[in-house]
Amino acid sequence: MIELAVEKRDRLHEARRRRRMPVLIACCVALMIAVLACAAIGPLLAPYDPNAPDLFTSVAPPSSEHWLGTDTLGRDVLSQVIVGARTAVVGPVLIALGALAIGGSLGLLSGYLGGATDWAIMRWVDLMLALPGLLVAIVVVGVLGGGYLVAVALLIVLTAPIDTRVVRAATLEQRPLPYVEAATTLGLNRRKIMVRHIWPNVMPVVVANSFLNFALGLVTLAGLSFLGLGVGPSTPDWGRMLSENRELLAENAWAALAPGIMLVLTAASMNLMGDRLYEWLSDRGRAR
Amino acid sequence: MSFLEVLRFLGRRLLALPVVLFVISLGVFSLLYLAPGGVEAALLGNRPATPEIIRAIRDEYHLDDPFLTQYWLWLQDALRLDFGRSIKSGEPVFTVIGRGMTTTLFLSAYAFIIAMTFGVGLGVLAAVRRRTIVDRGVVGLSVFSVSAPAFATGIFLLYLFSVRLGWFPVFGQGSGFVDRVWHLTLPALALALSIMALVVKLTRAGMIGALEQDYVAFARARGVSSRNVLVKYAFRNALVPIVTAGGVLLAFTLTGATLVEVTFSLPGIGSRLVEAASFKDVPVVQGIAMTFAITIVIVNVLVDLMYVLVDPRIRFGKSAA
Repeated sequence: MIELAVEKRDRLHEARRRRRMPVLIACCVALMIAVLACAAIGPLLAPYDPNAPDLFTSVAPPSSEHWLGTDTLGRDVLSQVIVGARTAVVGPVLIALGALAIGGSLGLLSGYLGGATDWAIMRWVDLMLALPGLLVAIVVVGVLGGGYLVAVALLIVLTAPIDTRVVRAATLEQRPLPYVEAATTLGLNRRKIMVRHIWPNVMPVVVANSFLNFALGLVTLAGLSFLGLGVGPSTPDWGRMLSENRELLAENAWAALAPGIMLVLTAASMNLMGDRLYEWLSDRGRAR
Repeated sequence: MSFLEVLRFLGRRLLALPVVLFVISLGVFSLLYLAPGGVEAALLGNRPATPEIIRAIRDEYHLDDPFLTQYWLWLQDALRLDFGRSIKSGEPVFTVIGRGMTTTLFLSAYAFIIAMTFGVGLGVLAAVRRRTIVDRGVVGLSVFSVSAPAFATGIFLLYLFSVRLGWFPVFGQGSGFVDRVWHLTLPALALALSIMALVVKLTRAGMIGALEQDYVAFARARGVSSRNVLVKYAFRNALVPIVTAGGVLLAFTLTGATLVEVTFSLPGIGSRLVEAASFKDVPVVQGIAMTFAITIVIVNVLVDLMYVLVDPRIRFGKSAA
């Protein structure tokens, strides 16, 4: 009896929590829409040309003309933050999608075929996951050159093992289910079973994981730009703004704080949305 | 797992080591060939490209030998920690690494202590006060900490505690132990925050899992004090996942330390790596990359050993039921 009551209370609690959460998630969605809008039509929204120097108003604190002040060259910080959303979205999206494609295929193969294929793929995954991504990127992008695009390509390869592991685990769960057996009995070939039957059931989990990959990619790319190994000199970027305006903390702190806050909020939104999606999917799985 | 199986498991992990190191070292060596403009240009640096100097470089780096021979010769030197000379300054790479090592080790150890103390503490607190405002606060904090890269946190901390409040110095690493601790507090805090998210997450999950176990319920039923239940029964078991995540924690620490060193302009090996990579000083990059790789591999082995040590079922050679 007591146990039942506790369980009931727990369930009530859960339900209440579930209703409360969406406020936070709604904030995340709103923020992401704003960031995506800035990424798409940033130059139209920005009050000034983000690259136009104005040496008369160099390092000005926030004012009614420049809401977030200006940097050393007199460029408008607000405009730079708005236009900087572009590199903060494009790279991470490419990383998340690329990792989804590579990790999805390898994970399906690994989980469904098993045996030597599984062994080889998993050893590769173990090796890659032991490597600290940002450090590998520093070494390769630094020595190779190529900046942003090389970094994105490299991070796709370094992120794919995460998706591979997620898809493999989900595939292993699907494999013994009756519908797979039915498809096998119908004589469908393995490729068709993997792509047409298992993949649709596995995909939701990987998509949730892609949100987390986006956040990871965003933070890593910004880190590279912060270290001077990312975007080119005339591209506004949050990571680069942080490193360039670090010296201005005493005069116009917003020049460094604003891109930093945007970076953290965007990454946190994606992480929260991803976590939430995961939770929701696993709840749904349990209800089934 | 029986004792024999454990031995077999450890044996397999130990056998995998040379393979992992081989793959990584081959990659690191190949960096020389990936550098734009070719090997000679990379090794030449700022020196004039006279035939004599090019000849000397070809001899010193055995460039006339086949690729695998070159790699083998390089590896033999690398295993004796001889990575050649820096192209930028001309000093041995070993010296460059040694100079940065003290700062990086001090910073990492300091951050690790902070992250472990507060991370484990908050994780236990969140698990014990599960589903309260405390728990949600801790979980929220760790989402923030996993989303905030060390360089952003570093700049927030610099602004608040150095520029605004003036409690800590903006630059430098100080001399003498106390002064150094004072100088490195903000960098260590920034680094600790980036490691802490993982520690909190693992501790909280581990504690929640352990508190749900039957042996905890029985200990409570026997009248064991709740303090003892927490510490001796639940906490010891919750520690296992933290130990097994040691390798990942180290990777987090190295990455974070690099960003923090650059943010606070500290002369550690992380900032040396960034400097060398931007300057295309390949021997230094190779040396630091191999140092990091060897550290990661060794720590992963230690983690495997610890895993065996913390589980008494394995330590005493009894098989689990």
